[in-house]
Amino acid sequence: MAYSKKVIDKFEKTLREPEKNSVGRWDPSEEDVGTGMVGAPACGDVMRLQIKCESKGDSHIIKDVKFKTYGCGSAIASSSEIVDMLIGKTLEEARDIKNVDIVKALDLPPIKIHCSVLAEDSIRQAIKDYETKV
Amino acid sequence: MIKLPIYLDHASTTPVDPRVVTKMQECLSLEGNFGNPASRSHQFGWKAEKAVEEARENVASLLNCDHREIVWTSGATEADNLAIKGAARFYRKKGNHIITSKIEHKAVLDSCRQLEREGFEVTYLDPKRSGIISPESVLNAITEETILVSIMHVNNEIGVINDIEAIGEVTRKKEVLFHVDAAQSTGKVLIDLSKLKVDLMSFSAHKTYGPKGIGALFVRRKPRVRLEAQIHGGGHERGIRSGTLPTHQIVGMGEAFRLAKKQMNSDNSRIRALRDRFWQGLQGMEEIYLNGDLERRAPGFLNVSFNFVEGESLIMALKDIAVSSGSACTSASLEPSYVLRALGLKDELAHSSIRFALGRFTTEEEVDYTVNLVRESIVQLRELSPLWDMFKDGVDMDKVEWVSH
Repeated sequence: MAYSKKVIDKFEKTLREPEKNSVGRWDPSEEDVGTGMVGAPACGDVMRLQIKCESKGDSHIIKDVKFKTYGCGSAIASSSEIVDMLIGKTLEEARDIKNVDIVKALDLPPIKIHCSVLAEDSIRQAIKDYETKV
Repeated sequence: MIKLPIYLDHASTTPVDPRVVTKMQECLSLEGNFGNPASRSHQFGWKAEKAVEEARENVASLLNCDHREIVWTSGATEADNLAIKGAARFYRKKGNHIITSKIEHKAVLDSCRQLEREGFEVTYLDPKRSGIISPESVLNAITEETILVSIMHVNNEIGVINDIEAIGEVTRKKEVLFHVDAAQSTGKVLIDLSKLKVDLMSFSAHKTYGPKGIGALFVRRKPRVRLEAQIHGGGHERGIRSGTLPTHQIVGMGEAFRLAKKQMNSDNSRIRALRDRFWQGLQGMEEIYLNGDLERRAPGFLNVSFNFVEGESLIMALKDIAVSSGSACTSASLEPSYVLRALGLKDELAHSSIRFALGRFTTEEEVDYTVNLVRESIVQLRELSPLWDMFKDGVDMDKVEWVSH
């Protein structure tokens, strides 16, 4: 399969410098952490996305993000891509991120759209988990 | 310095041996042997016919059969189609049941599917966990209606060798035709058609350092096997397969098979040693699994599942190495390898599989380079894998409720 240069660059950067690219995990029981895990090993992709938030007045802002992904190159690139999209956003703004934003940012081919859907789902799950804590 | 990229996908296709290229080039231009082998009226035709018949002898010689039992086709796919559809349609008055296995090449499976649409019944046998189709399972599946059994010699994904000698004993005793897809086995596994009770056998040139676009079907003369032609035209190949014979392709296949016979022993021992060196190099890694039987295996094949790492991402990480994967993400179907699933592998291990296929021109340096890169990439990708974390934390992943999408 021919990949876009963006997918390849993102994938290779993430592989080479995982820490710089927010690969990792926090203890999911921490108060300010929301965790979303979507996908299944049998389907060939599992994404775990964690957001660390702080409250500012009425809203909550995503301070930091960590993720780990089992999946194809596009799935890994997609999860790495959403990190940049999430940091500094309020939860409301984060909820507005749609899979098409990821498709555009990485020039994903049609057969890889499901990777972006998975990424969108992981954001929603992580926000939902965080909101049960506040 | 090692030359990149490294080609480790010889089960997919092989480069044409330079000696074969030279022979083929002699059969193209005005100065060369360009004539139509079917032209009876002049020496251009006679010369071309001579070259075609020499090639036929070379192919027959590798297989130890009569040259008159070799029918040229465009490749193993066409040979499979001709054997299966040709035999089934010719013998349909004798019965309507065909037996094959779940791990055959698509050329066999899809030919059988077509026959199902025409009213035939097909039994698809399960392989053992090792990838081998047992002769007993063939015997047990044979009914009064069975006319044809089609089982491959060497599997194209895992390299496992079926016991076609034993299966042939079963089919001959039961008076059922036996077709074998041998696209992957020429030059790797000894084929002696004077002993094997095989009635039809498909071959390809391009898996054995010959050109693409040419193959052959062995059609046994004693006992005689009849086929209904699938391509009609000028009556070439005794009417079994019409179409002008491509002299250069045929000469290429003949030379490739001649070299295969000459070099088989030395090629095999060298490639087997490299394959063992490769597998040794991966030892000590956690959670890696070899797919298919290690002993009954053509040299050069290593199909390995690296648990908790998805195959396509590993292929991307190994960007200067040409390999293939059973992962769904590398196919258009979004399903992982049907061959690995038929062995009973869990879907996640099928997704995590890579096929390394070594060949005649593979070097020790290439193997060592690849082993190091695989080891490094697996560490990196597992660092990225939530499943690896869970495995290390002792989580039982069969009990996790996954949110699939």
